[in-house]
Amino acid sequence: MKTRCIAVLTLASLAIGLGGCASAKAVRVQPWERATLADYMMRPDRDPLGTQMDEHIYFSREAAAGGRGVGGSGCGCN
Amino acid sequence: MIPSFTHSIRGAVWLRWALLGAALSFVPAVRAQIKVGDPFPTLQSADLDGARPDTKGKVLLVDFWASWCNPCRASFPAYGRIYSDFSARGLALVAVSVDKVPADYAAFVRKMAPPFATVRDIGQKLVRVVQVPSMPTSYLVGRDGRVRFIHEGFHSDGTEGEIRKEIEELLGEKAAPQP
Repeated sequence: MKTRCIAVLTLASLAIGLGGCASAKAVRVQPWERATLADYMMRPDRDPLGTQMDEHIYFSREAAAGGRGVGGSGCGCN
Repeated sequence: MIPSFTHSIRGAVWLRWALLGAALSFVPAVRAQIKVGDPFPTLQSADLDGARPDTKGKVLLVDFWASWCNPCRASFPAYGRIYSDFSARGLALVAVSVDKVPADYAAFVRKMAPPFATVRDIGQKLVRVVQVPSMPTSYLVGRDGRVRFIHEGFHSDGTEGEIRKEIEELLGEKAAPQP
């Protein structure tokens, strides 16, 4: 009986805990709330020297250049 | 031992309820997104900073934008042209900013100097009601106050032409009483 009780409690805790993780409302940033994401500081290519170094490392390791990322900031517009 | 679990049947019932609750929490929150055919919220009663034009009996184009949104910046000259061409025939155009910082809104409007009305959605209340799917999004509202067309984003190659066609269609319709 004790084992069954523990199993029930474990399953119930898992179900409730995982259910909480699935709450889309808790994690979704709405389109009108993306001002901070659209900030210049959020751009991965805001430092030209850093970008060049990253490109050099990528080229050296993969023997391929370009094709990294897309333009624009993180507002997800359009 | 917990008394409620001493009986296997009661334990099973409790588990069933827990699983049901967990399953329900996986269901995405229901969002009342404004869709084609829905009545558009009245701008006159919304908490907006700025003068609103008279929209009664007119075809209304409502554009949600922000100063930090690049496609919004690209859309303003196009909306200016649309407004200049159709305002005399019964088009009202209101650009609703979702900017939280009034200074950002004011600087954008000063720089772009649009010929149409611009307002700021104080506290982002209207945009929460409308639940815009992306930035920018524009709503074409018929004379009956119902949403007829929705444009997500602004694409320079085609959006202006599509909106022009749709405005022509709506202006050609007979005026109907507002709901």
